[in-house]
Amino acid sequence: MPDRRTVIAGLGVGAVAAAGGTAWHLRDPAMPGALGGADMARGHALRDGGFPPPSIEEQAGIVIAGGGVAGLSAGWALAEAGFDDFTLLELEDATGGNARAGRNATSAFPLGAHYLPVPNREAKALRALLTRLGMVVGEKNGAPLYDPYQLCADLQERLFYQGRWQEGLIPRRGLSETDEADLAAFAAAMAAFSARIGQDGRPAFAIPMAYSSRDADLLALDAISFAIWLDRQGWHSPVLRGHVRYCMRDDYGCEADQVSAWAGIHYFAGRRGWAADDAGDNELTWPEGNARLTTALSARIGKRIAPARIVHRVARDGGGVVVDSFDVARNATVRTRARAAIIAVPHFIAARIAPEAAPQAHGFGYAPWIVANVTVDRLPAGRGAKLAWDNVSWTSESLGYVVATHQGPAARAAGSVLTWYLPLSRMAPAAARRLMVERPLHDWQAMVRDDLLAMHPDLEGAIRAIHIWRWGHAMIRPVPNFLWTTAPAAAAAAQAPFFLAHSDLSGLSLFEEAHYRGQLAAEGAMAHLGHAFASML
Amino acid sequence: MTDTSSSRPRPSPAVLALIASAFVVATCGLVYELLAGTLASYLLGDSVTQFSTVIGAYLFAMGIGSWCSRYVTRDELRLFVRVEILIALIGGCLAAVLFLLFPMIDHFRIALYALVLGIGFLVGLEIPLLLRILRADFEFRDLVSTVLTFDYVGALAASLLFPLILMPHLGMIRTGFLFGLANVGVALALMWLLPSSARLGLEKAAGILVALALAAGFVGAERLQRLAEVAAYEEPVIYAASTPFQRIVLTRGGDDLRLFLNGNLQFSSRDEYRYHEALVHPALGRVTRPARILILGGGDGLAAREVFRHPGVESVTLVDLDPEMTRLFANSPMLARLNKGALADPRLKVVNADAFRWVRDARGPYDAIIVDFPDPTDFSVGKLYTKTFYQQVHRLLGPGGMMVVQSTSPLIAPGAFWTVATTLEAAGFATRPYHVYVPSFGEWGFVLAAHGPIGDAVRIPSGGRFLTARDEPRLFDFPPDMARRPTPVNRLDNQALVREFADEWGRYEG
Repeated sequence: MPDRRTVIAGLGVGAVAAAGGTAWHLRDPAMPGALGGADMARGHALRDGGFPPPSIEEQAGIVIAGGGVAGLSAGWALAEAGFDDFTLLELEDATGGNARAGRNATSAFPLGAHYLPVPNREAKALRALLTRLGMVVGEKNGAPLYDPYQLCADLQERLFYQGRWQEGLIPRRGLSETDEADLAAFAAAMAAFSARIGQDGRPAFAIPMAYSSRDADLLALDAISFAIWLDRQGWHSPVLRGHVRYCMRDDYGCEADQVSAWAGIHYFAGRRGWAADDAGDNELTWPEGNARLTTALSARIGKRIAPARIVHRVARDGGGVVVDSFDVARNATVRTRARAAIIAVPHFIAARIAPEAAPQAHGFGYAPWIVANVTVDRLPAGRGAKLAWDNVSWTSESLGYVVATHQGPAARAAGSVLTWYLPLSRMAPAAARRLMVERPLHDWQAMVRDDLLAMHPDLEGAIRAIHIWRWGHAMIRPVPNFLWTTAPAAAAAAQAPFFLAHSDLSGLSLFEEAHYRGQLAAEGAMAHLGHAFASML
Repeated sequence: MTDTSSSRPRPSPAVLALIASAFVVATCGLVYELLAGTLASYLLGDSVTQFSTVIGAYLFAMGIGSWCSRYVTRDELRLFVRVEILIALIGGCLAAVLFLLFPMIDHFRIALYALVLGIGFLVGLEIPLLLRILRADFEFRDLVSTVLTFDYVGALAASLLFPLILMPHLGMIRTGFLFGLANVGVALALMWLLPSSARLGLEKAAGILVALALAAGFVGAERLQRLAEVAAYEEPVIYAASTPFQRIVLTRGGDDLRLFLNGNLQFSSRDEYRYHEALVHPALGRVTRPARILILGGGDGLAAREVFRHPGVESVTLVDLDPEMTRLFANSPMLARLNKGALADPRLKVVNADAFRWVRDARGPYDAIIVDFPDPTDFSVGKLYTKTFYQQVHRLLGPGGMMVVQSTSPLIAPGAFWTVATTLEAAGFATRPYHVYVPSFGEWGFVLAAHGPIGDAVRIPSGGRFLTARDEPRLFDFPPDMARRPTPVNRLDNQALVREFADEWGRYEG
């Protein structure tokens, strides 16, 4: 029989072991998940070259290089106009670009872009697309009526501020007089910009941005940073500047001192969603995010999509073009002879593969992002406003998370997938991209988990898996003089039979812009080839 | 001390401690018994049965313990101390353990009686052992008299303390821990006072550990109580289950059966007939021949019970989210009695689905639709009160059909109530709101909805307890404090109803 001392010593050892075990577990939980991202091997192959010479030949009327939103929109526009003789070559195994999605047993979830704001009146082509996709279901009092199931359900947004969740993303409590005054002045200024019609009869800030007014005083806003512009207005309220910072990182992946004032104001004054039932301020969203849109676009184009094809050379050939692409499945380079090429890839890649169409990509910079999909056993809770679609913490460096099951049925879901966003805007993009390659999955997961638990102690023990997606070149950065100088020059450099199609040429990484660029390129190519069509632009 | 002939021995402190322990042990024993009985009636209902069976089982187990004491041949003191520590542990934690186990396990009674038998067995060992330990110090005549006297006085103390002081001031969980501490205190006192206890090192360590654990339990009882949320209900909880969708709790006080979903009262059996007669008959009584009926929500089968009182009902489709709910109200004899077996009626088909999704794919037409969802307390349930949802239901309602919607209280939440009416109208329905007084809810409102104007003519089936054709028109009168007011349309993307409802109930509850 053990004596007391042995028993107590035994208990002590047991307690230490248990405590140690707990500490170890906290420090190093084996969290399920995976590290994903754009196919780096294929991307780097493109950079490093060394593809075999062409051994297979194909023909097509038009080749579309790139199956992101711009390329798919171009394909859709061609198909809609009855132009069927085209091929779309995509580097990845799946189309969709930044709008791709994942799926697990709990829900589908976005890997990147996850919503589309109700389009402005001027976005005719986009509205036509949404009508064809059944997202605009009719008309009411002359305004388009959107499918209520696809409009984001209430509650749309909430903010974790000073220990409580509140509705909306601008703090409401504990504001100083300066905060109140600056917020009000800022809102009034943005409302005025939004309502302004330029000398040329165009809205000051339009979406697509190409429809914006060219008034000189407006374009001059592109020459300075948004932060400097705000300073000049005398708006220093930390609450206003904090909110502005959130918005700039949300849409551009940049800090307010990195983007131009024109881009900054565009965020706040560009949206005038046109819809019946006061839905103009709302957005369309789906569990899988914008993959809902790209999947529908891809379905329309169908067999004309050729995935896993690395386009590495687009060149003029007589009156037409040759497009060389490495076919991963066949391990051979295919030469496609076509009458025109729509180059729907990021501009830094276009400059590499099609120097005749894109002589250089100087000035094109890209914001890197991390997107985490977090599977949870129970829904996040919290004091104050109830769970919303978009949930943001004022103090977090992340942009918060959206709830994949928000648009689902009425039952309180038992679990969900939370899509968490982090633009690496504080680092130089190149350094951030290096970090993305080097930092192991586990460290990213710990970061995401700690950030979520800081907002939601109630999620302790409820996180099942964290899936990390790295976007090295997530968004074009609308730095000063990019939108109205660098990008238009790049767009103008491409001459038939080359047609560039990418949101890079708008300078704003938005679905609306990519779609517009795809439509524009498709119409340009059809005009070049003499194919009759009714312009949607 | 060895003089057994002396009629007045001079007891040593150790002997006094042993006698005192007889008193404490008796008090503790009875407290555990009372705790088990009270807890069983609280959790399972039917106090007469619970008390009888618990006391019977306890006394029987004491008998077994007493019988077994004969097989103890040596080292009585060590065994006594061990028994005390064990009783302290089991008895002290009894209430806490039963409360925590109750929502978690299916066969609660097995746990209950196992614990009762265990404690009874150990308590049965106590007195015989005590007598044998003390027999050297007393004459047998005095010994039996003294020990049993203190035993019975202890019982009296327990029986008075328990209802008058312990239950009201400490509650069951704390009382358990407190008497566990007293029990282990006896063991520790004996070990330190008795000269022969030098060899009891292990027992001392165990005693201290148990004492610490019980003290921690006593201090943390509040938290435990919250964990065992059954304490949140006014009446004894007779059933509790967590499903993926909600927390179902049934309570019973006397003949009053109450259903709570996520803590919100759904019905009280005393007056639910008022609610359900008023919910069903104005709608079905306005349909010429109500044959195909759709019930959305209403997994308790009480609305279905009223539906089946209309002759000519051929089929009822009941869509309720939670299979546990419909299973419970179909299978429990007590609950099936309440809904008159409506869920087992061959004409009724249960569909366990989310109504928001189900209506999108469903095919009509139905002659009558009864919409009886929980109140719009959050954005999830709020989706079932939106224009989008009502538009789908509109599609399912046949020509000449009638729909009714549970619409919260027009007195406490008039804005919410009239929002439902406005929203139904926006979805293309003609409406006629009405209200009824249900004591356990207060003034409660409903909205009739149809494709065209809704008339006065109504058939109310005979044999009801509340609603008659003569009184029915009165339900449609709204005094000024509940009168119609302008409200927005509740849409998926504005959820005006959820906000209004939260505001108004918040103001009402202060």
